Order: sequence, then C-alpha cells, then structure tokens
Amino acid sequence: MSDVNARSMIVDILGGIAPEGDFATLSGDEDLREVLNLDSMDFMNFIVALHERTGIDIPEADYPKLRTLDGAIAYLAR
Amino acid sequence: MPALGADMEAGTLVEWLIKPGDKVKRGDVVAVVETQKGAIEVETFNEGIVSELVVPIGTKVPVGSLIARIGAPGEIAPERPVAAVPQPVPQPRPTPLPAAPPRPGRADVRITPAARRRASELGIDPATLSGTGVDGAVSIADVEAAARRPAAPTAPAAPLRRIGFNAAEMRKAIATAMGRSKREIPHYYLSQTIDLGAALAWLTAFNDAQPVPNRLLPAVILLKATALALREVPQLNGTYVDGEFRPGPGIHIGWAISLRGGGLVAPAILDADMRPLTELMAMMRDLVQRARAGGLRSSELGSATVTITSLGDRGAETVFGIIYPPQVALIGFGGIAVRPWVVDGRVEPRPLVTVSLAGDHRASDGHVGGLLLNAIERLLQEPEKL
Repeated sequence: MSDVNARSMIVDILGGIAPEGDFATLSGDEDLREVLNLDSMDFMNFIVALHERTGIDIPEADYPKLRTLDGAIAYLAR
Repeated sequence: MPALGADMEAGTLVEWLIKPGDKVKRGDVVAVVETQKGAIEVETFNEGIVSELVVPIGTKVPVGSLIARIGAPGEIAPERPVAAVPQPVPQPRPTPLPAAPPRPGRADVRITPAARRRASELGIDPATLSGTGVDGAVSIADVEAAARRPAAPTAPAAPLRRIGFNAAEMRKAIATAMGRSKREIPHYYLSQTIDLGAALAWLTAFNDAQPVPNRLLPAVILLKATALALREVPQLNGTYVDGEFRPGPGIHIGWAISLRGGGLVAPAILDADMRPLTELMAMMRDLVQRARAGGLRSSELGSATVTITSLGDRGAETVFGIIYPPQVALIGFGGIAVRPWVVDGRVEPRPLVTVSLAGDHRASDGHVGGLLLNAIERLLQEPEKL
C-alpha cells in the first residue's frame, strides 16, 4: 500500500474513533494514544479496523509499532 | 417512564418505535428517551398488543409516569402500563406469541456522534446509511457521501433528535448521583496490589492463537475475576434501600465507560459471572460503542448491582472510587505497570495492578471488603479458569 493511501485510511479510521481529533496538525512521530486520547478499547478498535480493511494479520506483539502515524504507515507498507 | 439510574428524575420522549395495534414482547425496544445520559432505548417488560401511546413525542415526563398501554392480545381496553418501573412482570400467557413486527432499523445503526450530528444537520436518516467505520459504524464520510448522492426515491426523514449526549447535562447527572453518594454513604476504602504476571502471560498466549477481532483486553479478565469473587462475597453485590441491604438478583456489573467530551456512564453487564471471556469482551466492545453513540437500553441502566471502573493502560495507579447509589460497592483497577515485586524471596520486575474497593459501611465492614480483594487476587493467579 502506498504511504498516501495508508495515511488516508489510517486517518479515516481514527476519525471514526476520535471524531474530535485534529488530524491536520497530527505529526508522524506522536503517540496516537496520547494525542487522540485513545484508551485500550479505542486502540484495539483501531487495530481491528486496520485488519478488516487490509486483511493483514497483526500479531499483538506488533501493536507497539502501530502507535504512531509513521509507524503504522511503515507497517502497512511492508 | 422507567428510572434509568438513581440520578434520573425525568426523561423526554423523542421517538416511538411502536404504534397502536403492534404486537410487542418482553425486551422489545418501544421508544427512545432523551436523558441526561443521552438517548436511551426503552424496552418493555410486558407482552401483548399496543393499545395507546399516552405520551406524545417531545414531552418531558417524570420517572414512573404511564407512557403507553399494552394489553394482552384480544383485549379491548387494557390497563397495563408499559415499563412504569423496570421490574419484570409475570407473564400469564403460556402460548407463544408471533415475532414482533419489524421496527425501523434505526435502533441497530451504529453511528459516530459526529456523524449523527452531521446526518441530523443534513436531514439524513442514519438508518438508511451503510457504515464503513469501526465495527460497521456510520462515519462522517458515509454521511457526506450519502448527501452527495442524488436524492433517494424516499422522502427525506425529519431531522433526527436522537443525538449522543449533552456534556453539560451529563455533568449534572454525575453531580446528582455523586453528591448523593458523598452525603449519604459512609465509605470505607481498601486497596491491594496484585501480580498480573500469570494473567497477562495467559492472555498473550490466548491472543496469539486468535484472529485480530477475537482478542481480549486485560480489562475483561479483571471484570470476570471480580464477578466470580462477588459470588464468594455476596455482601458487596446489591443495593442499600430503605435502611437495609438487599442482595442483588444476579451479578450485574456496571462497567464505567468514560465518554469523549467528558462524562461517564456505567451500563450493566448482566450475569457477568456466568459468561465466558470472549462473550464478555464482545459485550464490553458493544457497550462502549453504544454508550458513545447514544444507544444504551433501559435494561442496561439502573440494573447494575455493583460497579467496576478500570482506568486502562494509560490510567493512574490507583482509583479511590465513589459508590454509585444505591449500590454498596465500587471496585476500581488502576493502570497496569511493571514494577519490582518479591517472588520466592527475589525481587523481580512484574506487571502489577492496584485494585481498590470503596464499600458502604452501612452494608459491610472492611473485613468483608478484604475477603473480596483476596478472592480477586487468587482468581487472577489462575486465569485459565476464568
């Protein structure tokens, strides 16, 4: 998946979870959980949605790699 | 108008999902009521045929008011009020009823609060939308895509009044309940630190073998262990009403959910001690989704016999809870953190959680509270049995 597509998909999913989030100013290396105030359930829903849209199986051990926008984009590009 | 918790005095009827002549059965959603906790779907405890909708849409009525009449099939002028109080009513009819007529799909629509507002602004009925968001939820993008499509053949629905919740009203509801708790309930507090090493190792192994959507969060293990511990210590599961403790009819766990934009609601997971972890996890996800989107049901509010609050993985270390009246206990879990712990005479890094209990001293003493925390600790050492 291209970085542009991945970014747009990630922002779309996060927009559904944190509708009040300011995605225009979201920087790539910030912890999404901090910036968007995601709790454990929100983050789980984020992973589930990524899985459902891409078909990629994401082992739980890889969750920490998806905590930033850049990390998630890189993960989907693998 | 059912009482949806100790803090509710009135509700505004915003939508009827039944009409005279409809057949209903116990558990059917018959109306939507706007409360300080957002829009709540009201279920009936009766079955029969709707004969009259007493309260018109838009009317605010006090708890306990008659809002509709339901009669047994064949009755002409029935006098049976709907859900005046959320108590099961004995069912005299032995014969099975035909299925309830299909009602508008609206009650089943998952929609984000922002998308609901946008849909309302655009005059779009969310029931007509298909969602592409988390768990199939309708997102703003779905609403706007629908708005760009050529006019549908059906007439546009009236703007929907069913919004998520109003933060200022929610704050008032919390103030009422917590003010009452602090005035009336002599709280005692206990806390205990628990090693979650065994529980988290079991969870990791379980999740490794599961597809992404079926995985469990640590919170569900804490929930189940607490529910089972309450079986052993039933003195903390119930309510304090009219000067006496009344044991709960089941272990109905109020699960505290914090809402974006502020506020808190604790809908009940009924009979939590009897459900497998995977089912509890699915119920928790569903509750969180509906709490935030404004689709909780009347049976989920006001029926909890105890409350659990879990601060989650970014939460503070310890919570000192305030009991939700008329319950007699609140169990709180802080965030899980790796800290030094002594195991077999050696200091080791272990994942620890602090569990706390706020107990009502009118109903129990600290000794009983300590038994509960010990039971939770013991149950969490054998996660495979949960």
